[in-house]
Amino acid sequence: MKFNEYLQEHIVYLDGGMGTLLQERGLGAGEQPERWNLTHAQDIVDIHTAYFNAGSNVVCTNTFGANGLKFDDNELEEIVKAAIENAKQAKANSVSKAEKFIALDIGPTGKLLKPLGDLDFDDAVAAFAKTVKLGVKYGADCILVETMSDCYETKAAILAAKENGDLPVIVSNAYGEDGKLMTGATPAAMVALAECMGAAAIGANCSLGPKQLRGVVEQLLTCASIPVVFKPNAGLPKAVDGKTVYDVSATEFAKEVAALVKKGVRAVGGCCGTTPAYIAALKKETQDLAPLPLTDKGLTVVSSYTHAVAFGNEPVLIGERINPTGKKRFKQALKERDIGYILNEGVSQADKGVHILDVNVGLPEIDEREMLKTAVCELQAVTDLPLQVDTADPIAMEKGMRYYNGKVMVNSVNGKKESMAAVFPLVKKYGGVVVALTLDDNGIPADADGRVEIAKNILKEAEKYGIDKKDIVFDPLAMAISADNRAALATLDALKRIKTELGCHTSLGVSNVSFGLPNRDGVNAAFFALALNSGLSAAIMNPYSADMLKTYYAYKALNGLDENCADYIRFAPSFTVEQTATTAVAKTEENYASQLQRAIVKGFSKQAGELTRELLQTRTPLDIVNGEIIPALDIVGAGFEKKTVYLPQLLMSAEAAKAAFESVKAAAVGERSANKGTFVLATVKGDIHDIGKNIVKLLLENYGFAVVDLGKDVAPQTIVDAVQETRAPLVGLSALMTTTVPAMEETVRALRKSAPWCKIVVGGAVLTKEYADIMGADKYAKDAMETVRFAEEIVK
Amino acid sequence: MNTVLIKTYPVPPFCDKEILRYAGVKGDADERTLALLQELKDEIKDKLSYKVCYCVLPVKIQGDVCDFSAFSVSSKTLSNRLSGCEKAVVFAATLGVEIDRMLLKYGKIAPAKALFLQAIGAERIESLCNAFCADLPLAGARFSPGYGDLPLRTQKEIFALLDCERKIGLTLTDGLLMSPTKSVTAFVGLGHTMCEANGEKCRNCAKTDCSFRSEE
Repeated sequence: MKFNEYLQEHIVYLDGGMGTLLQERGLGAGEQPERWNLTHAQDIVDIHTAYFNAGSNVVCTNTFGANGLKFDDNELEEIVKAAIENAKQAKANSVSKAEKFIALDIGPTGKLLKPLGDLDFDDAVAAFAKTVKLGVKYGADCILVETMSDCYETKAAILAAKENGDLPVIVSNAYGEDGKLMTGATPAAMVALAECMGAAAIGANCSLGPKQLRGVVEQLLTCASIPVVFKPNAGLPKAVDGKTVYDVSATEFAKEVAALVKKGVRAVGGCCGTTPAYIAALKKETQDLAPLPLTDKGLTVVSSYTHAVAFGNEPVLIGERINPTGKKRFKQALKERDIGYILNEGVSQADKGVHILDVNVGLPEIDEREMLKTAVCELQAVTDLPLQVDTADPIAMEKGMRYYNGKVMVNSVNGKKESMAAVFPLVKKYGGVVVALTLDDNGIPADADGRVEIAKNILKEAEKYGIDKKDIVFDPLAMAISADNRAALATLDALKRIKTELGCHTSLGVSNVSFGLPNRDGVNAAFFALALNSGLSAAIMNPYSADMLKTYYAYKALNGLDENCADYIRFAPSFTVEQTATTAVAKTEENYASQLQRAIVKGFSKQAGELTRELLQTRTPLDIVNGEIIPALDIVGAGFEKKTVYLPQLLMSAEAAKAAFESVKAAAVGERSANKGTFVLATVKGDIHDIGKNIVKLLLENYGFAVVDLGKDVAPQTIVDAVQETRAPLVGLSALMTTTVPAMEETVRALRKSAPWCKIVVGGAVLTKEYADIMGADKYAKDAMETVRFAEEIVK
Repeated sequence: MNTVLIKTYPVPPFCDKEILRYAGVKGDADERTLALLQELKDEIKDKLSYKVCYCVLPVKIQGDVCDFSAFSVSSKTLSNRLSGCEKAVVFAATLGVEIDRMLLKYGKIAPAKALFLQAIGAERIESLCNAFCADLPLAGARFSPGYGDLPLRTQKEIFALLDCERKIGLTLTDGLLMSPTKSVTAFVGLGHTMCEANGEKCRNCAKTDCSFRSEE
């Protein structure tokens, strides 16, 4: 019998701890347990046999750390081959009559993925892929991806399993006492990810005992439609007389786990501290229980690396602002690869309370594929909101989906054959909820009938790919009422029918309805209210529109979705228009040439931005920059050099100046902003500290340099390439640790050889002028201001 | 067999003076600096974890070599620190990953906040280490890889021994830096009878141009 078939109808017994038993047999501290498959094969066979004899249906190979990062290819193959052979031998030796399977065990790499750590997502997939291929080659029955404490690494492992075979994948995570993974994911978020990628089961193991993990397992049971796995530790470790003992006995363990089997857990076993005795006790305690049937929870849900967002309970707000359509300033940011601008749009919308961020970076002049990948990766470093990858290019879409950390939302597919043929395979592979537009080769039907028909066709086609209707959200398309005064009615009708007749969720780009009309906000908000009342599940909307937010909060309060009207009351004060900067600031104070200069020197970012916008009514951008912003920066910079202004103040002023510049840029879009020169900036290979580098960047930008920020942990060649490409006259390298100074030296050497024209500034905590001279840099800058002064000298 | 234990601490009290010093504030902080500090302290309050995993090891000192039986390290400074001790604790402490997320975010959109977070993180992890060491019987001063002549590659031995990834979610980069970044690994001698006073420890350091050097 195949493992997956057995799992559907039975309670499955997994094995217990391996590490603890190996230590008892003499595994030394720091020794690689995986090598024991070769050196102590009989011990491994004996342990597996003991588990089978105790009643385990599945033993997990001794390959927890056997991956491409820890072992070279030859050794890895020997280890995995031996590990599976040992398990097969145990299967043959065992006297148990139960069904027996062998799971290829895959534990975490031991490294954190970027952007938090230094492991690239692709490298993680590649490392797992090697183990998976060997597992398939030597005959494992299924794969257990276990003890994963990070959502992104879990995704990498599942993807590796999918891309290199079709073995069923059991996914099990290590949750902390707070009921979340170390990197923040909730059980609901992990269910969303595992299910959408086609995992055979989802669960929890390691970290804690059965009692402490009870809450986590109950949450998994609430949202999972696939079987739930539970493999806890034998409680917590204690040191008694120089030995490690765990504080939950086999009997107690069996009782705790059995209680959860009664609630629906389908595969059980143990982790650290558990032994064959625990499995035997567990089997005894549960042998009379019938497995609870699996139920499809039918949830439409997307997730980020921290949490899941479900459709259908409350209206879901999808922020639409990361999109160049009709936005000159955004287009300019894309052309200049100004990621900071995009990130700010993301963070500001999150602050406004949206639940999902739409990400559209399509512009003919740029490489959308690379940009979408970059935008997804960068955004998920600064916000924990789920993202909606929005593109018409399937290749760009795949990039966005692959590197997304969670269950993504995709915008969009439609009823055209080629659209479905391009998008559905991606949804099947990477998982996700896809927005389906009710249009096809004949365009958008004028009435609801036609749109519902297209929706039905889309569902039928999706089914062929094995995509469930819960993962399709229909957008019945809001059309301009200025062109057809019955357009809104048709959309509302379609919304209702898709919900009632097809049982699907819906999403709308609300603001299209008012296209061509003056003062659109009021129309949009009224339409939004009507659509919500017709059953709309999600809206792609502008969260900066007070009218839209008012409608949203009022709707929730009126529909019993806001207990004690608490959300409404909390947000109501923000509905009143904020006072403008000038009236808010006392006018007579201190000796500043202007209010704007005062705002910058004092570090009031919001004010600085607003005052600049006011000044732009009467003065030219160039005049404001040279007459106000730069003089204010000079006051602060001189103060810093005289030590009357300290670093945090300098930074707050620099941020205020940046806000002022941002207002200038917004007003002067299209005008080629004059820059003093290009400055390539990077933290060198091996170093992940970048605060200092970010400070230098901010100041350089304020002083008019075009900064190409390559980030942290940057290889010498990448820096050389960027300098050659931009012909930058200046490059700045930062290093915090003594161990990364050699990487800095190497970078300097490479630059001298391939970009001899550029001047090199180095800085960072461990550097000194002597070091800088030895490695042949042009300048050692002790702080950010010194870098600015040097750069100004060079480009003079 | 070396038992690795895990401890989770309640929030140690904040020391604003230390945070401001780490942030590079000299003299009295002005109102907006203090306001920003407070804002960030509020924001980060519930996002930090205070976790330590550790192991008590026997130690034998022979010349410059400290033999912990699980592994040995050659370092003059460490063997000086541990001389006279029969046991030592090796530990890893971390504030968890959330502060790194906030550092990433503010590093890109608000560097002043990032600077303060960095300072708060430095003060927090020091406080956590102090709290942990205060619980140890007759503990000497802690000593970390990368200090003095104790090579950074000792991190590999410590991580292999403590299984930091599984125990407290702490990992090592290829460059031997720790991720999450607000983390510390260290050795502490047990059974010290002559604890150095803090000021003395500071003034004995060879880095005489350190801005944090104690004057008293």
